[in-house]
Amino acid sequence: MKFELPKLLYDYNALEPSIDALTVEIHYDRHHRGYANKLNEALEKHPEFAEGKTIEAILSDVNSIPEDIRQAVINTGGGYANHNLYWAILSPNGGGLPKGELLAAITKTFGSFPEFKTELTKKANSVFGSGWAFLVVNKNKALEIVASANQNSPLSDGKTPILGIDVWEHAYYLNYQNKRPDYVTAIWNIINWDEVERLYNETV
Amino acid sequence: MIYELPKLPYAYDALEPYIDAKTVEIHYTKHHQSYLHNLNNIAKDYPEVFLDKKITQVLTDIDNVPEKIRQQVINQGGGYANHNLYWLILSPNGGGKPDGKLVEAIKQRFETYENCKRELEAAAVSVFGSGYGWLVVDKNTKQLDIITTKNQDSPYSINKIPLIVIDVWEHAYYLNYQNRRPEYVAKIFNVINWDEIEANYEKALLY
Ligand SMILES: [Fe+2]
Ligand SMILES: [Fe+2]
Repeated sequence: MKFELPKLLYDYNALEPSIDALTVEIHYDRHHRGYANKLNEALEKHPEFAEGKTIEAILSDVNSIPEDIRQAVINTGGGYANHNLYWAILSPNGGGLPKGELLAAITKTFGSFPEFKTELTKKANSVFGSGWAFLVVNKNKALEIVASANQNSPLSDGKTPILGIDVWEHAYYLNYQNKRPDYVTAIWNIINWDEVERLYNETV
Repeated sequence: MIYELPKLPYAYDALEPYIDAKTVEIHYTKHHQSYLHNLNNIAKDYPEVFLDKKITQVLTDIDNVPEKIRQQVINQGGGYANHNLYWLILSPNGGGKPDGKLVEAIKQRFETYENCKRELEAAAVSVFGSGYGWLVVDKNTKQLDIITTKNQDSPYSINKIPLIVIDVWEHAYYLNYQNRRPEYVAKIFNVINWDEIEANYEKALLY
């Protein structure tokens, strides 16, 4: 079994002006595809290990990954899964506010949607080096904001990510260069809350 | 203000076509400048840690930096020092091969200059995420070595004196090379300032 690059559900230019077409193209077709290819390559050494497992199951139990490929799978499998999430929770029709049970949970945990937005924005801007900021559902089914280095997945800490902001420089450098905060501000205009909500409901 | 931004010894476009002018300008006036700014912000509240000390000295003695600000000094002070070196060891008149005592040491450690170059390239390409590939001298044994560090961690903090630094944060190459880091790493050897590196090597031997 091979992990496949999920189809991008919109055109490369669909997220403009928040994210420019060239960035989406290279990010998806080079970086994301590269993680998928390298993940499959790493797993070739242990075909029986990955058989029948989802990438989420693999990342949720990293100690069971054969040691000689463990770091490679954490890096490339994390990169594969994190980007699967990233493209799914963005949409040209995104932005606005979450609804339903997700909004209720956000309000309960963070006080209000604006307070949540401020906190996740701050977390994304404060990552030093390459990494991600995530909204996750923890083991107690509660919402939490976490940051992770490089491609480390929150799944490896028992947390299910339902929204991920990629703050590797490749996610914004062509358009924003050193101005990461401008990218993080702009990404709120294209968050696909329907998908985030679906993931939330599925997880709780 | 305690630390200052060293003058860039060449024009922004001087490293073209290997490193484009816009990348040099933003890298120097925004990234490097911001590490400096953040470092000085930390330093002004801790004169006893920083006063009369070169940043490389502070990073060497990183264990003596108060725990409260240690990670920030590693990040911001490292970012400042690493970029100070990066601009110095690049030059529009660079390229070619090393000479003198340095080339002897390289042959002793790597057999040939080509081996050394190949290893350094591979190390820089292999960094996952943000970081650096380095040719360093061990402070005690004076042996040359190739290492990688993550984020802005400094070789000084692990008793190594850096000679060559290859910045592989994506900001160092993304505007021109995007995901093609290996190409940037290969091309940078065309602007390596061996005169500066040799001088640094001879100084390192006297430490
Ligand atoms: Fe990414
Ligand atoms: Fe840099």
